[in-house]
Amino acid sequence: MTTTSVAVPSTAEKKFNLNFKDFGIVFGLAAIMLFLALNTGTFLTGRNFINLFDQAAVVGLLAAAATLCIISGVFDLSSTATLAVSAISGVMITQQFGVTAGFFGALLVGALLGTITGLIVVSTRVNSFIGTLAVSIIYRGLAIVITGGAIVAPLPEQLASFQTWTWPSLFGLTAGSVLMLAMTTVLGIVLWRTTFGRRIYAVGGNQEAARLSGIRTGSIHVAVFAISGLCSAMAGMILASRAGSAQPAMAIGIELTAIAAVVIGGTSILGGQGAMWRAFVGVMILTVISNGFNLLHWDTTYQQVVTGVLILLAVAADGLFFRKSTR
Amino acid sequence: MAIEQLEKPGHASRRTAPEITVSGIGKRYGATQVLKDVTLSVIPGEIHGIMGENGAGKSTLLKILGGAITADSGTMELDGHPVRITTPRDAISHGISLISQELALIPNLSVLENVFLGRWSNRGSLLSPNRDSEHFARLLEETGFELDPRATVGNLPIGQQQQVEILKALARGAKVLCMDEPTAVLNEAEKEKLLQVVKRLARAGTTVLIVSHYLEEVLGLVDRVTILRDGQHIVTEEAAGHTPESLVRLMVGREVDFLIPDIPQVPSEAETVVRVAGLTSAKVKDISFEVRRGEILGIAGLVGSGRSETLLAVFGADRTTGGHVEINGRRIRPSSIRDAIKAGIALIPESRKEQGLVMSRPVAENIALSTLPARSWAGFVKAQRERTAVKDVSKSVDLRGARPGQPVANLSGGNQQKALFAKWLLNPPAVLLVDEPTRGVDIAAKARIHSIIVELAAKGTAVIVVSSELEEVLGLSHRIHVMRHGRIVAEFDRNASRDEVMTSAFLK
Repeated sequence: MTTTSVAVPSTAEKKFNLNFKDFGIVFGLAAIMLFLALNTGTFLTGRNFINLFDQAAVVGLLAAAATLCIISGVFDLSSTATLAVSAISGVMITQQFGVTAGFFGALLVGALLGTITGLIVVSTRVNSFIGTLAVSIIYRGLAIVITGGAIVAPLPEQLASFQTWTWPSLFGLTAGSVLMLAMTTVLGIVLWRTTFGRRIYAVGGNQEAARLSGIRTGSIHVAVFAISGLCSAMAGMILASRAGSAQPAMAIGIELTAIAAVVIGGTSILGGQGAMWRAFVGVMILTVISNGFNLLHWDTTYQQVVTGVLILLAVAADGLFFRKSTR
Repeated sequence: MAIEQLEKPGHASRRTAPEITVSGIGKRYGATQVLKDVTLSVIPGEIHGIMGENGAGKSTLLKILGGAITADSGTMELDGHPVRITTPRDAISHGISLISQELALIPNLSVLENVFLGRWSNRGSLLSPNRDSEHFARLLEETGFELDPRATVGNLPIGQQQQVEILKALARGAKVLCMDEPTAVLNEAEKEKLLQVVKRLARAGTTVLIVSHYLEEVLGLVDRVTILRDGQHIVTEEAAGHTPESLVRLMVGREVDFLIPDIPQVPSEAETVVRVAGLTSAKVKDISFEVRRGEILGIAGLVGSGRSETLLAVFGADRTTGGHVEINGRRIRPSSIRDAIKAGIALIPESRKEQGLVMSRPVAENIALSTLPARSWAGFVKAQRERTAVKDVSKSVDLRGARPGQPVANLSGGNQQKALFAKWLLNPPAVLLVDEPTRGVDIAAKARIHSIIVELAAKGTAVIVVSSELEEVLGLSHRIHVMRHGRIVAEFDRNASRDEVMTSAFLK
């Protein structure tokens, strides 16, 4: 010990604290699941799990995208407005050119709208929260303009194949669930292992330091919004596929559920910290709680109270940790 | 509240400074014992220096006195009466004010409003701007500051903001000022002024506790000095009779060679690496200079003279409106950080916390950040290669005791600064721009950083060093440029005297 006199804490103690803090939320999910397994006969059935994942698919996709956004230091409140426009576009393209073209069209529209959102936020330097809120109003308006405010649906003979995302596929899970799991995995790896992921963390953690390291911070943000648009389109396809139709007011408010899921999982809303698995755990907690209320025949009105308390707890924990680390 | 029970409240108007005695103070953060059984007494009206290496617990002790944090153990007495101070409010009610490194001012309010902020509660009457103005004038007289009461605090230079903070403390009836590294962010002129004011306040009966890294400064200022090491009280003694060397011995517990290493001559045939011609941005005008292989160019000047902005303009981080930068004969695209990096320029910015490091991320990720593509395949980070590279470069900058996976925020200032060097040494730069290389780092780390800079130059890197510490610029550089008002106004070789350089920096 010659230079610094910063005492190195005993690693054992440090590690334990770190692990408990890091994975506490997983124990939370496990505890809820254990409780439901013990108190209902139906929770631990394959059928219920298929159901669970299907319910998690839409929020899961949005939460995966929201994770990238939040870690990079932006919020995308326009995600479900993008979802509606892409789903509507998908349905309209389906009517003209068939189901496959419709799905690809929806993805294209979603990615395009996401890119536009990103360009607007980056070039105007408006706070992303306000910027995307404004953009979401524009997109919702756009959805009303192109549908004339009506519900749009594929042609009757297209309906069966249009509902492909509700069909069972891998392990009996619906195709929508599989898409969500696949996307979460892919984006998780992007975040965890790629140079792009590293840059996302850096931009969110300290934009100026990232810029001075030669990172094009604007490009990172546009890319993140584009991915968010793509995920929104996927979620839109699943919703439209389930309902057999799309309409301008679809999925309103779910962007906030997605952000809540990300925060419950333990990703810092301040940016630069967090992980994809956290979003997944957050989504599963919300889904399992809702599932539990159903299985236990509890009054679902209380579900909102529980969810709200959970978000508060998660954010409070984030605040406490942050204060500690900056002392 | 406990204080009310122990002592009558409202001691803001206390006439004389109290004698402060703390005993057995201990403080622990997690597994780190920051202070251990510290006992100390402070004589009324003295200037008392608290010194030690980074992490010795100086700031923590000061914050405990100022109520910003609470000690885990120990007691505190004022004039022999036990008191409990657990919030800054408690401290203020006993006449103790803490002035931390991060100033606690409200940037969009005026000087006057900031000075009397939150004092209404003590006056118990309606706001009366006239009374405030009179009081303000008295405070200016007392301190010798020249401040416009109507100026918006956020627009003032840092030195004046600090003056506002001092006035605020005095307005609250502070009889004890606890100042944490007050001169770290000041230029020479502001520093001189502050030290004068501190002496003046002390003569008028105010006790001043001061934490500082600058040994000469402390020795020239304080009556007594307390040395902490590893959270323990080592000694409290009269400052007279101490030398910088004797203080360092006590702080480190051993001899340290904290002189800047000899810098080798630049061979006369060394080619020019950097050629800057007429570079102009919003903050600097017509900057021209050349630096050769292995040469260290120092840039001196007051804070705000355009030193840092010159580096930012060369690096392409600030938009330039004229002139150009050539590296080895190739002209860099203007205002392009990426092109600058590609040409081999590296920048170690002024503030490691705000511009240099992503504090929430691990050490290794920070080090790897600017050279990610060099160790990637199809966009994926090659983890094994990164680990090896980071390990090697960490060793070369002596980044000890830091695990690569640890958030960089948990490192000491010295280690953070070394991590910043490591980041740009992963791919040895042709040109290194260093802004304040050793701000807020302890002496041993400082010596190590100086030798890193000199070693780099010896290997052929052209280095440009900016520092507020004149000794650092003088000691490290082959040549020195002095800046004033955004322009280069003078040039010296390394044999220039401190006075010559100072004079050219200050001259109107």
